[in-house]
This record gives sequence, C-alpha cells and structure tokens, in this order.
Amino acid sequence: MKISLPSKLALAAFTGLTLLFLYLPLAVVARLSFNPTKSVGWGGWSGFTLDWWRQVWEVDGPKDALLASCKVAVTAMVVALVLGTLAAMAMARFQFFGKNAVSFILVLPIALPGIVTGIAMQNTFSRTIDLGLFSFRVGFGFHAVVMAHATFCVVIAFNNVVARLRRSSPNLLEASADLGAQGTQTFRYVTFPLMRSALVAGGILAFALSFDEIVVTTFTAGAGFETLPKWMLAQLSNRQNPLLPYVMATLVMVVSIPLAWLAQRLSEGGTDH
Amino acid sequence: MRATRAAVALLATFSIVTAACSDDDKDTTATTGAPDTTTADTGGTDTTTAGETDYLWTPNADLLAAAEGEVNIIVWAGYAEEAWVTPFEELTSCTVNVTNGETSDQMVQLMQGGEYDGVSASGDATQRLIAGDEVEEIDTAEYSSYADIFEGLKLQAWNSVGGKPMGIPHGRGANLLVFNTEAFPEAPDSWGVMFDGGAASDGAVSVYDSPIYIADAALYLMATQPELGITDPYALDQAQFDAAVALLEQQKALTSQYWALYTDQQAGLEDGTVLAGTTWQVIVNLALENGAKIDAVKPKEGATGWSDTWMLSSKAANPNCMKLWMDWIASPWANAQVAVYFGEAPSNAKACELDGMAEHCTTFHAAEDEYWSDVWYWTTATEECLDGRTGVSCVPYTEWVNAWTTLRS
Amino acid sequence: MGERLDDAPLVAEPASAGGRAKGPSRPSRAINRYFHGRRKLGVATLLGLPLSWMLVVYIGSLALLVVSALYRLHPRTQKPTHDLTTDNLLAAFKFWDSDVWDGVVFPFLRTAGVALLVTAICAAIALPVAFFVAKIAWKWSRRGLIVAMLLPLWAGYLVKGYAWRAMVSPAGGRFAAAGKGGGGFLESTIHWTPGFGRVAIVLAEVYLWLPYMIMPIYAGLDRLPPSLLDAAGDLGARPFRTFRSVILPMLKPSVAAGAIFTFSLTLGDYIVPKIVNNGTERFMFGSSIDAVLGAPNQPLAAAFTLWPLVIIILFLLSMKRAGAFESL
Repeated sequence: MKISLPSKLALAAFTGLTLLFLYLPLAVVARLSFNPTKSVGWGGWSGFTLDWWRQVWEVDGPKDALLASCKVAVTAMVVALVLGTLAAMAMARFQFFGKNAVSFILVLPIALPGIVTGIAMQNTFSRTIDLGLFSFRVGFGFHAVVMAHATFCVVIAFNNVVARLRRSSPNLLEASADLGAQGTQTFRYVTFPLMRSALVAGGILAFALSFDEIVVTTFTAGAGFETLPKWMLAQLSNRQNPLLPYVMATLVMVVSIPLAWLAQRLSEGGTDH
Repeated sequence: MRATRAAVALLATFSIVTAACSDDDKDTTATTGAPDTTTADTGGTDTTTAGETDYLWTPNADLLAAAEGEVNIIVWAGYAEEAWVTPFEELTSCTVNVTNGETSDQMVQLMQGGEYDGVSASGDATQRLIAGDEVEEIDTAEYSSYADIFEGLKLQAWNSVGGKPMGIPHGRGANLLVFNTEAFPEAPDSWGVMFDGGAASDGAVSVYDSPIYIADAALYLMATQPELGITDPYALDQAQFDAAVALLEQQKALTSQYWALYTDQQAGLEDGTVLAGTTWQVIVNLALENGAKIDAVKPKEGATGWSDTWMLSSKAANPNCMKLWMDWIASPWANAQVAVYFGEAPSNAKACELDGMAEHCTTFHAAEDEYWSDVWYWTTATEECLDGRTGVSCVPYTEWVNAWTTLRS
Repeated sequence: MGERLDDAPLVAEPASAGGRAKGPSRPSRAINRYFHGRRKLGVATLLGLPLSWMLVVYIGSLALLVVSALYRLHPRTQKPTHDLTTDNLLAAFKFWDSDVWDGVVFPFLRTAGVALLVTAICAAIALPVAFFVAKIAWKWSRRGLIVAMLLPLWAGYLVKGYAWRAMVSPAGGRFAAAGKGGGGFLESTIHWTPGFGRVAIVLAEVYLWLPYMIMPIYAGLDRLPPSLLDAAGDLGARPFRTFRSVILPMLKPSVAAGAIFTFSLTLGDYIVPKIVNNGTERFMFGSSIDAVLGAPNQPLAAAFTLWPLVIIILFLLSMKRAGAFESL
C-alpha cells in the first residue's frame, strides 16, 4: 500500500500528539512526587524534594498495601489462568450446544460496571448460605477480593489462550496423533508449548487488571484489608502526606515498563506473518 | 515488628512537630500538632512532644490481657490522627485501622456490613444503629473515663435506651457558616447568604452533600417563614418538607460545590472558589493553616450540629481493643487532643482542666448549656413527628434520602 | 528462550522426545482411550470447573442482586427485610413519573451518551494511531511504540484521576489564599483550561480507556496480510479508499472489541468523574447508585444497577454480532 509522504507525516504527527496526550498527565504525576510543597495542586516545575520518596520507605502503610496487592493479583491471576485455559481448550477444540452462551458468560464480568459486580458480590458474600447439610458465609478480606478479581480476569486468560489455539493449525494436533502421540502427550508436547507465551501474556494482563482495581475491591475487602488502590484512595484525602500516592504511582509505572514490554513481545509471538 | 512500630511512632511524632514548625513556610504557632484558629486561640496542651508525655490513662488490665492486636474503626475525619493514635497503639498493642466516614448515612451502611468494630456516630446515625441492633449496650465499669464525662451528655435520647448507655459521648459542635473575609468585609450573621442570593458569595456557595442538609434549609425557614410552623428542623410534615426542598432547589443556582469529602471544601476555601458555605470547625482550621482568608460563625438562626457517640459493634471481631479505644479517646488527654484538633467541645470534664485547655473549653462552650439551646443535633426524622405533634405524620428520613437523590441528579 | 519460543519446537519436540516417552503410562493411556470419541465428556471435563465457577460465583451473585431489589427497606433500621415489594423497581423504572425520569432515567441515558461519545473519540484516535504504528512506522520501532501506548494502563487508575485534576483545575477566585489561586497545569502553562465539569470528565475518560481501544485495533491491523493492501493498491484503490473499503470492514471486530471496554468502563465509572468534577453535580449514573447504596438503601441500589445490567447485556449482544468476542 502506497501512502504519500504528507499523509505519513500527518499520521506521525497525530501519533506524536496522542503520545503527548497520554504522557503529559503522567509527567505531572511524576513531577508532583517531587513537589517541594505539600500540595497536590500544580505548582510549576521549580523546586525539588526527595522527602516523599523517603517517607514512602519509612512508613509501613504503602509497603504493606503494595505487598497485599501483589498477593491478590498473583493469586487471582493463577486462578484465572487455570479457569481460563480450561475454558479455552474446551471452546477451541469442541463444538457444542450453548457455546455462545458460555463465551457470553465469560465476557460479562469484565463488561459489567465494577459497581454492579461489587454490589452483587458484597450482597452474596455477606449472606449466610444454608445448604442444608452445612451453612457458610464467604465473608470479606483477601479471599473475597481474590474470588472477585479472578472472576473478571478469567476472560483475559481465556482470550489470550483461545486466540493462540485458534491461530495455530489443527494439523499440528493431527500430526501429533499421526505420529502416535496420545492425548496427554499431545498436550504436553504440542498444546502446552503452543500456549505458553499466551499464558504469560494473559497472566501479565490479568495481574495488571487486578493490581489496579478499586471499585470491586472496596466492596469485597471489608475492614482492615488494604490493597494499594484502597490505600491510595484513603491517602489522597490525607492532609499529612498527600503526595505519597504519587510516589507509589510513579514507582509502579517505572517498574511496569519491562513487564509491559514482555507482555507485548509474548502476545506478538503467535501471530503468523 | 515491635521495633518498626516504635520507629514509626517516633517518626510520626517527629514529623508532626516538624510539620507544625515548617508547614508551607507559613507561621503556624500551634504547638500541639493541632492548627491555630481565629475564632479560637487553641492554646493547647503542651504535651505532644515525644518522650515524657503523661497520657493520663491506664488501660483496663482485663481488656488489655485479652486485646486482639487490631481494631477497625469508622470515624469522622480528624477523630483519629497520628498524634493520639500512635500513643494508643504503643500503650495497648492494638493497631488501629481507620476508615473515614463522609456522612452519617455512610457510617450506618458500613456498620451494617458488620466488618467494623466500632464507630464515632452522630445522633442521626446512633438511632438507626440502635434500632438495627448493630451496636451493643456498654458496661460503664469497663470504662474508667466514663465517670468524667459531662453529665449533660450522658443518657440522652441519641445515646441510650431505657436509661442504659449505648456508647461513650465523644464531643459536640455546631455546623458553622464559613465565609471569605475579603468577600465579606463585614461578617455575615445569617444563613441567608447561602439561600437568598444577592450576596458576595453568589455562585460560590459550598453545601454539605447529605440528605441531612435538608434540616439546614428547614432551620432557615423556621426563622424566616414562621407561617410554615416549623418548630424542629427534623420534624417536617409534607408541606414543610416541600418548602425546604424548594428552597434547596433555589439554592442550586448559588452553589459552586456540594462537598462530602472535607478536603474538597478545604481546597475550595483556599483557592477562593468557595466564598460561603456550611462547614465544620476542623476544615476552617486546616484551611487557615494554608493561608485561606476565612472565618466562621454560628448565625443568628442557630445551627444544626452534632453530638457524637463512640459505639461498639454488636458483631465486633475485636471487642476488647475497641473498648480500650473508646476508653482512651474519652480520657482527658486524648479527648483534649481531638477536641483541639477538630475544633469542638470535649466531652470529658477533666480535659478542660488540662494546661491551656480552659480557654478552648470556653471558646467551644463545653459546659455552657445555653449556647447549645439553638443547636439542633442531627437526628433521624421519623414518621412520628419528633416535635410531639399528633394527628399529622412527618416525612421519614428515607424520603429525605429520595428527595436528596432527585435534587442532586 | 528463542525469539519465537512457541513456534519452533512444536513439531520437533515430540519427535526428539519420542524415544524417551514412548507413550504415557498405563492409567493415562486408559484415560486417553476413554475420552477418545467421547466429545461430551471432554467438554464437560474441561468446561466443568470454569463454568461452575462463573455460574456460582458470578451469575449466582447477579441473581441474588436482582432478588434483593425486591426487598422492602425497613424504614427505621434501613436494613432490607424479607417482605417483597415492587416499590424499588418502580422507583428505578417508572419512567413516566417525572421524578423517576429526572432522578434516574435521564441521568442514566446521559451517562450512556457520555460512554458512546468516549467510545467514538477513542476509536477516532485509535484507528489512525494504530494504523501508523502497525503499517507505517519503522519495523524496529513498532514494539516500543505500542508498549508506549499501553504503558499508561499500569500507572494506576486513581492517580490518573488526580493527575487530570492537577491538569484542568481552574484558576482560583479573586480571594484565593496566597499561592493557591494559580490553577492547574493547563491554566498555568497555556492559560486555557476546560475547568472541572463535563468536558474534563470526557477528557479523563478518553484518557483512561484509550489504550483499551488501541490494543485490539493494533492486533487486528497486525493480522491483516500486507498482500491484501497491496492487492487493493494494484487494483487502483487510493489509500483512503483502501482504508475505508478494505481495512475498516476487516477491523470491525477489533473496533467492537475495543468498544466493549471503552463503553462499559465509561458507563460504570464514577470515581474519576467525581475527582474531576469537583462535586458540583452528580453527573455519572454510578454516583447515583453509590449514593443510594450509602443512604443506606441496598434494595433501591440493586434496582438501580438493573439499568446498566440490561444495557450492557444488550450492548454485548450487538457487539457479539459484530464479531467482537473473537477479537477481545
């Protein structure tokens, strides 16, 4: 496809402007994390302090919250990967009645507003559910947040894996069978290596989604369990240290650059060129 | 763990002291870690400096022995600050997890969830909490501070049932009229600036975003439209209620902000986008600290207000730490700290006897019953009229909520 | 790990490993034989766990939510009772009542309108940008560029909201405190700002969700065979024509997939809109749900959530027809 130079330049300029739009607010966040005054308002570029960065290391709150968020995100990611992969293998391999309904149910949790999911789960988890033989109450805290997050992360894992399985030729499985491989062998030597990078890419995305979630989290965390976004929400109205959330945000951003790079590289891996 | 917490405590105390000295290069003269005010020279208790503070409180030994190590509380912003939370954590080993409630409604909702151990509830929340069995009667023997609470605050309608206390009184205050001193060279003395228009603050009025604010409109009508016959801003029949809501509709044109998060109003007061509004003293204190040109008064019509009570959840997972916290926060030193910081009258009579506190107690009328006669403490409107009228039914609070939702949409 | 760690070993590995693993041990061979030709059982085994999780944890919760909308609120305790009533549903859906229209229906439609607008803007930005990155930019710069587009996803939702607050906050009033009236980044650098309010909400929402639109469109473009575009060119189509008649139709599923994210996420968002709206108006429907829930009136809040629930289901069905589910 031949595109004239002016068009190319115009598109390049537009892309540049979009990048500016995406990064200007982030620059403001990074700048505020070094703000010499204790204010979250824009105060210009002059002046610089490392006080807020130092304080983040000195108090427990942000570190504990960061750790809690990582734990939640990793656990939710693992649950979502297992559930999503199983579903993807069923959907990619078989035709069956109700297939459309299943894919709809998988997508629904991520499409419904967090406040709907949040209120629904809060309502369910707070009830004592009586099953006749025994009764139980899910309650709130780490496990509840993981359950909620895993639910809307399943579709991420599912999509990555199912896309990879669809794009890979079914001939591979047939070839494997022709060579005398049994189903479990095919999984071990063909299907799993095929999915591996999709699993990593999906896992990273699921991790990111869970790590940053705030609405469903506030409805399921209960008292005394604090993730990083929950901590940030509380801190943003804290008069003593209003800028600590900006430090944490800048930090997470910088740390996530290689992760985002890896996720992109791996999800590109399976495209046929 | 222990060492870290001690280090944090030390750091916290240190940072409060230094913050008080260096904040924004402005001269803050407060020595308590609490801000200075114009309406009140807080003076304060010179006891927050690290080291040899006498906290004037001994934890109940039985409770301490059974302390759970943690407590989850819902508080009004400013009721649980580092300056008096940290000493408590050191004295009891109960880590305090603080959640700020923005409105009484939200506090009731959170307490209904059963996840929290206790709450600093205003009168409009206490009655719903008591009716819903969310809170427990207290055993006054477990609280060494209870004996020193002002008698006028004990066993009131909002904090007791059948002569039995349902919580520990915390303190009381009035919702004040805050105004910009440059926009109003002459201090306004009426809520009219927020309702009538024609004032310097038109288009820059800041309103509390909760259905309970309908009572503020009713209070103003009580003074300005006597023909409506309002005698209690929480006992409104349909006609009176409709008049109050109509007044609020009309107020919309003057309003620049509905605030629930106190920092939002504080920011507005500082950057001059709010020139008049309904406020809490603590917000005034914080904004003044940042150089806002404001002052606050209790207008001639009187004011709505609150009398808060610390209550113990009936589903508390950490009842012993909660009881310790309730006893602590009502004890003279801690109670004085909160009262000064928040800008309200303390509930513990001995708090007023501490060094420098006498003046604070006078300013905030801790013991003056007359001052409180035209302060209408937040309470929950019920179908049965609270002013004793019979033969007419009043608009219950659930309807207040619906009206507010419509007004704000 | 090689560059294409998933492609190379596919065929080679079983062969090379063949000697070692002549076949699975007896029991698993038995399992394999058992499953062979039993399609239904295979589906059930694979799908059993994920599907029952979704049905029990999620669909079950949604069903309970709908039921809870039928409970009457106790006026004194403000807790749901077990008396059934249709009052809550009427309060949420009686659109011929002007109070319900003003308080519920109109705010919801307004919110849906914002979500559509945000989706349209995101698509309008994402299409040319993704096209540039996928088809024009130097090959070596592509991954860097696309990562740069997606990186803001990691910066933290709340902080981005406050960043926009710091961007757009207007100059203070005449009586501002010293040093407090300067306004935000835009005001103090280019002396123009949309200020708090509706424009700021749309800006912030576009900002938050744009990467979710770029991602599937880029993936879709990446999959387009270059030969197709060349063919269109060879047949005499001008670039714009090629874009409109060849690329755009093929990108429909990708745009639909992106739209699922941008529309849904905007429709449900209320925290960032509150942050950049300075509390002046309860603009997004999520704020209304949140406010009612905090009243506290759980049954009425549950009834309110049926609005987004129904609309999202309809929206998903229409996006599914556009092929979105295969391109998420």
